[in-house]
Amino acid sequence: MVIATLKDLAEIKDSIAGYKRILNVGCAGCTAVCLAGGQKEVDSLNLQLAGLFKESGSPIQIEGYTVERQCEMEFNAELDPMVERFDALLSMACGAGVQFVAERFPKKPVFPALNTTFIGSNRDVGWFEEMCRFCRDCQLAYTGGICPVTKCAKSIFNGPCGGTNKGKCEVDPNIPCAWNAIYERLKGQNRLDNIMKIRTHMKWQNQIQGTVILDAYKDRYVK
Amino acid sequence: MKSESDLEKLLNAGKFVVTGELGPPQGNDPEVVKKKAEMLKGNVDAVNITDNQTSVVRMSSIATAALVVQFGLEPVMQMVCRDRNRIAMQSDIIGANALGIRNMLCLSGDHQTFGNQPYCKNVYDIDSIQLIYTVKRMRDENKILDVDKEMGGSIRMFIGAAANPFAEPFEFRPYRLKKKVEAGVDFIQTQCIYDMKIFKEWMKKVRDLGLHERCHILAGITPLKSGGMTRYMAANVSGIIIPDEIINRMTSAPKGKAAEEGIKICCEQIAEIREIEGVHGIHLMAIEWEHMVGEIVSQAKLLPRPPVPL
Repeated sequence: MVIATLKDLAEIKDSIAGYKRILNVGCAGCTAVCLAGGQKEVDSLNLQLAGLFKESGSPIQIEGYTVERQCEMEFNAELDPMVERFDALLSMACGAGVQFVAERFPKKPVFPALNTTFIGSNRDVGWFEEMCRFCRDCQLAYTGGICPVTKCAKSIFNGPCGGTNKGKCEVDPNIPCAWNAIYERLKGQNRLDNIMKIRTHMKWQNQIQGTVILDAYKDRYVK
Repeated sequence: MKSESDLEKLLNAGKFVVTGELGPPQGNDPEVVKKKAEMLKGNVDAVNITDNQTSVVRMSSIATAALVVQFGLEPVMQMVCRDRNRIAMQSDIIGANALGIRNMLCLSGDHQTFGNQPYCKNVYDIDSIQLIYTVKRMRDENKILDVDKEMGGSIRMFIGAAANPFAEPFEFRPYRLKKKVEAGVDFIQTQCIYDMKIFKEWMKKVRDLGLHERCHILAGITPLKSGGMTRYMAANVSGIIIPDEIINRMTSAPKGKAAEEGIKICCEQIAEIREIEGVHGIHLMAIEWEHMVGEIVSQAKLLPRPPVPL
């Protein structure tokens, strides 16, 4: 899922300064699951922001509402009757959600409260790890299910580089060397032949904005 | 002849070569480069020009290498995959060749977090092995990547790369070298060798795979300057293994005598390496110690350097 983390409070305060009535929109999708942008976090952030603005002598009116998923327009439609009462919106969704809310209400300033961090997995409670960089050409088949694009600091395809240090990456002794891990995993599966041949250069496909339209729906969307 | 470089001619003639290293300055003064080049001239056969090593911004390797050509020394231009995409790399290879640069070293490069621009975006569009076959294609087929139309002129480049026998997974390292050989590398410079046992085991495997007959292997040597440097490198530099015996020799050397001991160790290593089948030279990385290179190669009985065969 998408992992996000709360922005610095001062940065959020700066972005909404000057607006008196704020609607903070939570998201019950990924950012709720990673404990960054669900209803609970909306309530908590509102309390903190109200306190900060009150302290600085310019109190604001801030309310919260959480939609099912901000990355789906039909859920954002629930906000339609509310937004008129507010000067600006905060969004506690990922970047996709923020942009979809902003698109739905083009006359209202919409500000992000979170930093969208990565697509990752939940290692343990409150512990998330990055897993995918969306290269649109999944490499996991020959790497034993370990992503070299994401987990190698140099995203190399014919590793490991010379910087492996006691099985860890040279950039951080807490990060395993992805290519050492790939080697060990493949060796355990008797599949080392997977990395004995040169892997040729990528055709990077993620350099312009992507759109996916399923074949079954092409008639509907592609004119 | 692939490149007409002196390095290639000497290696083809079976000479035991010496390459050195010249770190470009953090400034634009060509005199700094000239001074270093003068110290190395006659003491090495060619000199590596590092490419923003440790991710610290310096005079570019291509410009420094072109200056070194003017100063009468043969450069090995290093090129890292960290800072350029395939467009910039191929463009710089063409440009470097036009400037008279005939050797290059294909590297992935130190990660940017080590340097003075830690928040920059790295590139790694292609990796070092992919860079090797890119240069080979440019040279042997006169074509850039993915384009069938031939370029104008012809690229002459002796293609080098690095190899590190001293990092996990040890048993895979010779096979990674094999991938570089299959990509088209002509010569290899290894990571600094201190643990001779590991290096000899790696070389044995390299010979078993027949790789020593398909590329020239130059053994990496870095003279230790002090006990402090030795301890620091042993503890902090990834991919380097320094055995206790060498650490003890360096740290127990009498005050003011550590550098002398370092050079002594270095010469012993060179003598030992010369006996290893399949090693065709050394790569002497005397980091910010260019003025000592003459002394080292002299003590190691590597002078005079052989004339370049016609």
